[in-house]
Parts: sequence; C-alpha cells; structure tokens
Amino acid sequence: MNPSNSAQAQGSAPRDVTERFVYPDDRAVERPFNWSQLKRLLSYMAPYKRLTVIAALITVLGTAANLAVPLIIGYAIDYGIGERTPGVLGRMVLYLAVCYAVWWFAAGVRIQLTNWIGQQVLRDVRQTLFSHIQYLSFNFFDKRSAGSILVRIINDVNALQELFTNGVVNVLMDLLILTGIIVIMFSLHPGLAIASLVVVPFMFLISTGLRRQIRLSWREVRVRLARINAHLNEAIQGMKVTEAYVQERENMRFFDHINDDYRRAMNRSSRVADLFIPIVEVTGAVGVCIVYWYGARLVMGDALTIGLFIAFVQYLGKFWEPISRLGNVYNQVLQAMASSERIFEFLDTSPTVAEKPNAYPLPKIEGRVNFKDVGFSYKAGRPALHRASLDVKPGEVVALVGPTGSGKTTIVNLLCRFYDVSEGALEIDGHDVREVTLASLRSQIGIVLQDTFLFSGTLAENIRFARPDATMDQVRDVCRAVGADTFIEKLPDGYETVVTERGGGLSQGQRQLISFARALLADPRILILDEATASVDTQTELHIQAALDRLLQGRTAFVVAHRLSTIRGADKIVVLDHGRIVEVGTHDQLMEVGGLYRSLVEAQFRFVDEETSSPAIS
Amino acid sequence: MDVFRRLKRYFWPLRRLWYASIVCGVLMTLLGLVRPLLLQAIIDRVLTEGRYAELAGWSLAVVGVAVARGAFQYLRAYLGHLFGADTVFELRNNLYSRLQSLSFAYYDRAKTGDLMARLAGDVEAFRMFLAFGFAHLLDFVLLFLLGLSVMLYLDWSLTLIVLVTMPFLGYMTGRFHVTVHPAFTALREAMSDLSTVVQENITGVRTVKSFAQEPEQINHFGRRVADYIEKHMAATSIWTRYFPTMELMGNIGVLLLLAIGGSRVVNGTLTIGQLAAFFSYIWFIVHPLQQLGYQINNLTQSIASGQRLLEILDTPREVRDDRNAVDVGPIRGDVTFQGVSFAYGREMPALKEIDLNVPAGSVVGILGPTGSGKSSLVSLIPRYYDATTGRVLVDGKDVRTLQLDGLRRQIAIVFQETFLFSTSIRENISFARRDATFDEIVEAAKSAKAHDFIMEMPEGYETLVGERGLGLSGGQKQRIAIARALLADPRILILDDATASVDMETEHEIQEALGTLMHGRTTFIIAHRISSVKDANQIIVLEGGRIVERGTHKELLALGGHYRHIYDVQFRDQVSILKSLTQAANVGGLAATLAEESDAHGERKRVSSS
Repeated sequence: MNPSNSAQAQGSAPRDVTERFVYPDDRAVERPFNWSQLKRLLSYMAPYKRLTVIAALITVLGTAANLAVPLIIGYAIDYGIGERTPGVLGRMVLYLAVCYAVWWFAAGVRIQLTNWIGQQVLRDVRQTLFSHIQYLSFNFFDKRSAGSILVRIINDVNALQELFTNGVVNVLMDLLILTGIIVIMFSLHPGLAIASLVVVPFMFLISTGLRRQIRLSWREVRVRLARINAHLNEAIQGMKVTEAYVQERENMRFFDHINDDYRRAMNRSSRVADLFIPIVEVTGAVGVCIVYWYGARLVMGDALTIGLFIAFVQYLGKFWEPISRLGNVYNQVLQAMASSERIFEFLDTSPTVAEKPNAYPLPKIEGRVNFKDVGFSYKAGRPALHRASLDVKPGEVVALVGPTGSGKTTIVNLLCRFYDVSEGALEIDGHDVREVTLASLRSQIGIVLQDTFLFSGTLAENIRFARPDATMDQVRDVCRAVGADTFIEKLPDGYETVVTERGGGLSQGQRQLISFARALLADPRILILDEATASVDTQTELHIQAALDRLLQGRTAFVVAHRLSTIRGADKIVVLDHGRIVEVGTHDQLMEVGGLYRSLVEAQFRFVDEETSSPAIS
Repeated sequence: MDVFRRLKRYFWPLRRLWYASIVCGVLMTLLGLVRPLLLQAIIDRVLTEGRYAELAGWSLAVVGVAVARGAFQYLRAYLGHLFGADTVFELRNNLYSRLQSLSFAYYDRAKTGDLMARLAGDVEAFRMFLAFGFAHLLDFVLLFLLGLSVMLYLDWSLTLIVLVTMPFLGYMTGRFHVTVHPAFTALREAMSDLSTVVQENITGVRTVKSFAQEPEQINHFGRRVADYIEKHMAATSIWTRYFPTMELMGNIGVLLLLAIGGSRVVNGTLTIGQLAAFFSYIWFIVHPLQQLGYQINNLTQSIASGQRLLEILDTPREVRDDRNAVDVGPIRGDVTFQGVSFAYGREMPALKEIDLNVPAGSVVGILGPTGSGKSSLVSLIPRYYDATTGRVLVDGKDVRTLQLDGLRRQIAIVFQETFLFSTSIRENISFARRDATFDEIVEAAKSAKAHDFIMEMPEGYETLVGERGLGLSGGQKQRIAIARALLADPRILILDDATASVDMETEHEIQEALGTLMHGRTTFIIAHRISSVKDANQIIVLEGGRIVERGTHKELLALGGHYRHIYDVQFRDQVSILKSLTQAANVGGLAATLAEESDAHGERKRVSSS
C-alpha cells in the first residue's frame, strides 16, 4: 500500500494501456450459407404466399414495361424518324407513355405490398421470439445479460428486414430483367448479343469477389467503431470515477489508441471499397466499346438498324443494376444467416421448467407448504439444497435465516417453481407444484424482491401490475394500508406520476413501499419476501417495518430476513447453512438452543457496548 | 456555415487533401460528360457521314475515357475519405478530452443517451459529409450545370421543352424530404419504444414471472410492434407517393424528347446522334434533381451535427485550476469548512453555513436523512463542486488555490453508486494506480473483504466485470470499489454510504479492516447505520443542509436529540434481545456475552462446519 516503492516492487511491469478496458466483440456478423436455415426462415413467409405471388406478378408487369422502353425508342428511331413517318413516331410515343404509366403504377403497388408483407413477417418472427422468451426458465436469464437478449429481439430481427421486404421479390425481378435483356438481345442480333455479354462474367466476378473483400474490411471497421462507442458510453457513465481518481490522461491514451485503430481500419477499408465503382465502370466501358465498334460495323453492313444499335447500348446500360443487386442480396442472405442462427438458437431453447401436458389448474389454496426431502442443485455435483423438509401451516410467517449462499434464495426459487426440485417433492395444499399449471400456481404466490423493479409508466399502473383490472379505489386502499399514500399524494401528479425504469426519482424506501402495495393488491395466499439488505434512513426504515406487518397479515409468508424485528416476529425461524436446514423454531426456542441462530444474532450486535445499551432499555 | 468556420481547426491542416479530392471530382465529372458525345460522334460522323476510319478511334476512346475517369474517381473518393477520417480522428480525440475535463455538475445534468447520440451519430454524420457528402453535392451541381450547358448548346429550344417537368421534380424532391423526415423520426422513436419495452421486460423478468404476467407482457409488446408497423407503413406511403412519380417526371422528359426531338430529326433540324446524346444528357439533369433533396438534407443535417458537437466543445469547465494555482505537494489531511454554503445550480441550497474542522488523521461520521446534504458536503473537498460562499481548506489552504490534479490524487472516494468499468477485476482495483503490483492489489482486496469472493470467480482477478462481464451483486461491487480506493493510498478517504449494499456481517468485517487502514488518514464516513459511525472521532448529524448535532457517540447519545432517536430505532431490537439473552441463555451475564464478542465469528464458523 505504499506508493513510493510500488513501482520497483516485485511482480508485474506496468501493463500496456491497450488492456485498460476490455470490450468483447460481437464478431459473428455473418455465417456460411445454410440451405435448411434459409428454408426455415422463408417458412415465415408462407402465410403471405398469395400476396407475395401478387407482388411478384405486379413486379413482372412493371419489369416488362421497363424493358420495352429501349425497344420502343429503337423502333421509333428506325421507323418513325429514320423513315420519316410521323404516324409511327406518334404511335411509339403513345406506347412509351403506356409503358411508363404501367411502370409507375406497378412500382407504387410493389413498394407498398412488399413493405407490408415484410413487416408482417417481421412481426411474426418478433412476436414468436418474444413470446417464446417470456416462458423460458430462469436459468436462461441467469446466464445472459439483458443487453444480449435485447439485441436478438431488436437488432437481429431488424437485420432480416431487407431480406423479407425486398429480398425475395428483388431476386425474382432481377433474374427476370437479366433473362429479359438477354432474350431481347439475342432476338435482335445473336452475334452482337454474345459480343456485348463478354464482359458480364467479369462483372459477376467483380461484384462477388471484390464485394467479399469489402465486406470483410467493413466488418473490421464496424468492430472497431463498436468498441469506440462501447467505451464512450461507459466513459460517460463512469466519468466521475475517472475524475475523482485523476485518470483523465491514462484514459486519453487508451482512447487515442482505439480511435487510431478505427481510423486505420477505415483507411484500409476505403482503399479497397473505393476501387469498386471505378473498376466496374471500366469493365462496363469495355463492353460498351465492343458494342460501339461491332454494332457500328453491323449498321454499316446494314445488318442492324441505328435504332436497334441505340437500343442495344441502352440494354447494356441496364445490365449492371440487377447484377449489382443480386450480389447484394447474397450479402444480405449471409448476414441474415448469422442473425437467424441467433434467433433460432433462442427459439430452440426449451424451458427447463415446463408444464406437464396434463397439468391442472391449482384450485384456490389455503397456503399449506410442505417440503419433502427436497434436494436441488443449480450445477450438477454442487447441491444447493440437501434433503430439506419443512411443514408450514396456512398463515404462518417463516423467516429464512442463514449466511450468504446457505440456500435461502433457493427455497424461494423452488416455491415459485422458478426451478424444479432435483429430489423429493414440494407440495402446496397437498398438490405437487410440478402437477399444476404455472400460471395458476404463480398467481396465488406473491413475491417482493430485494431490488424493486418498476416498469416505466405511472405509479398506478405499476401497483396494478398483477391486477390490471383493479379500480383506483383499490389502488388507493392498498397504498394506504402500506403507508405509501402519504408520499404519493405529495407528488405533483400523485398516482399518475410517471416513473422510469429502476424507479428514477423515487428513493429506495419509496420504491420498496410501492412493491409492497403491488404485492398487497395481488392478494396472494402465499407471499415471499426478500428483505432488502441496503440501509435506508431511519424514518423510512420505520415506515417499511410498519408496512411489512400489514403485508404479512393472514398469509403464509416466507421472508428472507435481514432485520431482527422481522425475524423475531416470525412464527417459525428456519436456519439454513450450506444448503441444509439446521435449526427450526421460534426466536426464544432457538436462543435457548444456543446454536447457529444464536451466534448469528450475537454477531449482529457485537458492537453494542455496555454504557450505551443500558440507558437504552426504556 | 458558421459551424464549418468554427470547426476549421480540425480540417484546415488537411485542406490539401480536400483540394486534391475536389480537383479530381471536377475532372471526373467533365470526363463523364464526354461519353454521350462519343456515341453521338459514332452515329453522326461514322454511321451517317460515313467516316468509317474513325470508328475504332471513337470506340477505344470510350475505354480511354473510362480509365481516366475511373482513376480520378478513385482518387477523389480515397482522398476524400482520408480527409474525413483524419479530421474526425482529431475531433473525436478532442471531444473525448473535453468530456473528461467537464465538471461533476455537467454530469449531474447530462443524459448518457443524448451524449452518445452526439458522439456516435453526429461525429459519424460529420465525417461522412466531409468525406463524400460535400463532394457529391458539388458533383451534382456540376453535372446539372454542365449537362444543361451541353444540352442548351446542342439545341436550346428542345432542351427547354424537354425539361419542362424539371421544376416540378425539383419541387417534389424538396417536399419529399420535408415530409419523409418526420415520418422517419417517428419510425425511429417507435423502434426505440419497442426496445425499451423489451429491455424492461427482460430486466424485470423476475417480477413478470412471479406475478404470472407473461400474457399481458406479450400483449403489451404486440401493441408496440403494431405501432411500429403503422409508423413503418406511414413512411412507406410517403415513399410510394413520391418515389415512382419522381421517376416518372424524368420519364416524361424522355417521352417529350422522343416526340419533339424525333420530329426535329424528321425535319432535319437535329441529327440522330444528337438525339441519342440527348437521351443520355437528360439523366444528367434528372438524377441530380432527384437527389437534390437528399443532398441538401444531408448538408443541413451535418450542420446540425456540427452544432451539437460544438456545444460539447464549447461547454465551459465549471471547476478548473485557477491561473495562479499551486501544486499542493504532499498533504497532511487537515480539512476545514468555513461558513460554507452550496447550491446545485439554481436549486435550493444543499448546504448552509457549514463550519467544521477535521484534524489530520481523524475520522468523521456523517449521519442524516436522504437529501440532507451529506454527499454534497464531502464532494466539496476534492472540488467536485465549488462552494457558493465560504471556504473549504485543506491543510489551511483554500482548495480553489490548489491544482486539481495534485489535490485529487491524495483523496480517494467510494461513491454511493458504485461504478465498475468493463475490464478485469484487477484493472478495476488498480484503476487509480496502474503500476501497483499484484500483491498490492490482493492486499487491498483483502482489506475490502473482496478477496474471497474474487477467488471463487471463474478467472479470479482476471474475471471481466462491467456491462458485459459477469454480474456482481451490489455488495460485491461496493467491496471492489473500496479496494480501489484503498489501493490509491489517499491521505483523505471518503466513504459515501460505501457499505449500504453489504450485509451487516460483512460491513462489520470491512470496518475492522478499515480500522487499521484509516490510521493516519483523514476519513469521512457517510452512513445510515449507527454502527458504521460510532467509533468516529467526531460525528455530525445533518438535516436540511445544516449541522444540527455534533460530538462523539457518547456525547450525542447523552444529548438525546436526532442521533439518540436514530439510535433508539436501530437498537431497540438488539437491546431487547440482549435482555432475553441474559435471562434465557445459560451465560454468566451481559459482560460475558460481550467478552465473547471477538470470538463470535469464529464460533459461527465452527457451528456451520459441524
């Protein structure tokens, strides 16, 4: 702890500044092509098959109109202008007008239709995913951060948007255009068609090969940009810590490093990416050169008219766009592969706590709870609960006491059937919890967690969370009962005050009272309460204790208790240690036994000394 | 445009890149104009007038022009990129550095989301505009003007007739961007609402499941999705209304060209080659007009982006070194408040007339209800804020006359809200002293009672924590923060409710360890529990920003005021249990119980292992 010799002290040399912060990369932005996965993905379009077919037909119509344009112009030049017959010219102008009108109409309908279909499919995927996740078990959420789940429901599904909206229809349209152009060209003049198509394979190679390179280099850029943003986001939130410990310069060095890293990656990438268009254009120009030269010679030899020569040139110009788009669709598919893989991974996860097919709804319970030789382990080989037996009568308040990691939370998790017991059985009013439906079980069990979670919305909405149909009077009643009414009514908007996630604006104690009100309104027969360890100021503490008494009244209650007053008021104290129930009894009984409970109690007030304690007994 | 002038210092040194890129762009555009003329030459000179010998030359010229144009195009793009990337590199570094120098008061108000939008979105928008936004705009203007000139030169009256729909096109493209912009904003907001719903649902999954509210949540989510689709389709409708019609405007030009131009060729006032050239040139006008709205929108957006960045760069530092600030040198740690009042901005004063002397090496306990000014009081010592009136002295020197860095290096604080960075536990603990040896880090962790749980983690001290790392409990985070403060080896140690989230047992252990560490350091302990402050050399009780009581534990108990009240509330249980202990239990009395005090922990261990 002495700074003067720390630098020379044994051990590690000063670490490289680049290791100061670590931001794991989301590397997998694309996956190899996987046919069965694509099929599964496309199966989401099945319900919209008819509409998709209509969209495709409309697209065919528009494409045909579009492809006819150079031909009409060519005819107009040859027979209207070349032969100086204004009538033909007029007719061609009319045809052209019709083509444009058809195209205009088809484009409008296509855009609306494909977007509508795309959004419906996306909604179906998203809704399926979200609903599925809702019913996954706790161990799914324990393993993952909220952010990583969010990314799949939002970003990964969004990544499919282009594929579902334009992908399928575009592939169709572009293949049509390409075959259309080729057919027209060959029917006009097969020799010139072959000559002008010479460059097409090169275009294809460029559009796939160079694109791949560009894509890979862009991925590097994105990874680095993501790192910069991750760091900035964190740096802003932790700025006070940085300034308090005068670490601005150290951080600056780190930032300069990642910033420069990003710049280099970007420069590398643009060196390749900027080549794309020039190379494509030069290749195209070679094709144009061939058509000019060969075509003009054909015109000179009267094998081709000027009008068709011009039409050829225009068709060649139309070639590039569909090729480019097809290359793009392929990219989209590869990216969609990565996203869909992640989506399907979630969809293929089945809940570990699942309802039996013949599960029946739990009838209205009285609240008797029986643990019969219950064993449980989160990880195989590391039992968290061992042969626990416990009989709790309706209306009893049970305090769960024990050191951290002794199994208190496990008991709570099993009661709500967040996990299933590994051995033995857990019965409520004689019903094994595994035999009944989850909703009927959980709706009769209320739980108040240590860290109160409020959803963004009004206070009233939060209190009504478990019973959205409760009246305002009922909301007020429960708030009065737990003593939350006083502070709520003092707020400018009262019960309509909007709170944000994590209850911004409310103190910890106030949030706790809201969660009590919420639980009281749900009116469960069995209540589970994880008492907050965090210390709050004394006034709030008094409020909470009073509210607690009101809340527990007349219910079977399990309290993971930290406050002595709560424990002392319990009908039954269950002392846990290393996953075993070591003592059960009332406070007085257990104090007399002189076991673990007693030493825990003693440990809590070791610091009360003689002089101060004696006058306090008043 | 003022924005660009004010941000000039970032791109001015790189102006040569920019000039070069522009020159390449102009050459590229000029070469592009040549292409239709080549076709015209082939049709008119070779095919119509029969100069067959020229064919090969004109055809090869197409490739020649394309190669030259491609080279300029590449240079323009790459140089533009370099210009944008280098400018923004400097800009980003400066923004970051500015953010690090802004005061606590700024971060009290700042919203991370908003700042991030600027640092991520606006910086990139600005870069893209510098890299190619401007070049494209210039391109379009050039294309439009030159294309128009060539057309007018070829046949001015035909040009005017053919381009008759262009004003409408220009108007539509403008309208389009005005209408589509709010639609896209609404779309983005709908998406962000959707994310919020999901985020909350996942974070609150325990609450959802325990009240069996999954179906309601699915409905709620479904409504947000439906809302998003509605917004998406609204944007699509606008797109549908404008996009095909904008394309049609250009097509009408082609139609007119064929009708009028065709008749002129029939009349002999126009050549076929010229007509063919016109078919190309018309798109030189139509495309820029179709894109104009987008480009102008881009320009206004990047100006707005630049403005938002300037706001950050121009934010004044509220707390900074005085011009004559001196390096404080090693301090002893004597802290004095002289008539200090303080208010956050224009709000009600958080502290009123505080007088307090804390001799070097002593411990002060600070108690008081939420919002009574406890955190404000301690945050004036390292000058996170400056006192509104009065003075804060360290070793008899007004903190405002001292250099910030030197002062803060000797003060360590454990904040009420623990913040850990996304990196290993080891890096987090050694945050303030990266040169610390591993042994020192372990020692600090042991003192903060963090070592044991760290060793249970999959990778010990190398375990990653923070946003994406392993989730730690509130109490665990606090203990790492305490270790971080201890390793900084400060002369003044501030613990702002630092053990609020650890259970009483652990808190007691930490305090025992701190007992030795606090030795010789001035320590401020903010707490709610009497047990945390009772051994302090002096205890102050704050209420409404004033010190209402001060003294030692005994003195304050005897006083029978606020402190006594808090004490009674917190201890009535313990005391009645003590009574029952002495009566019921088979021990010799209170004294004996208390004598065992120090063994209690050991005893618990024995019991639990049996």
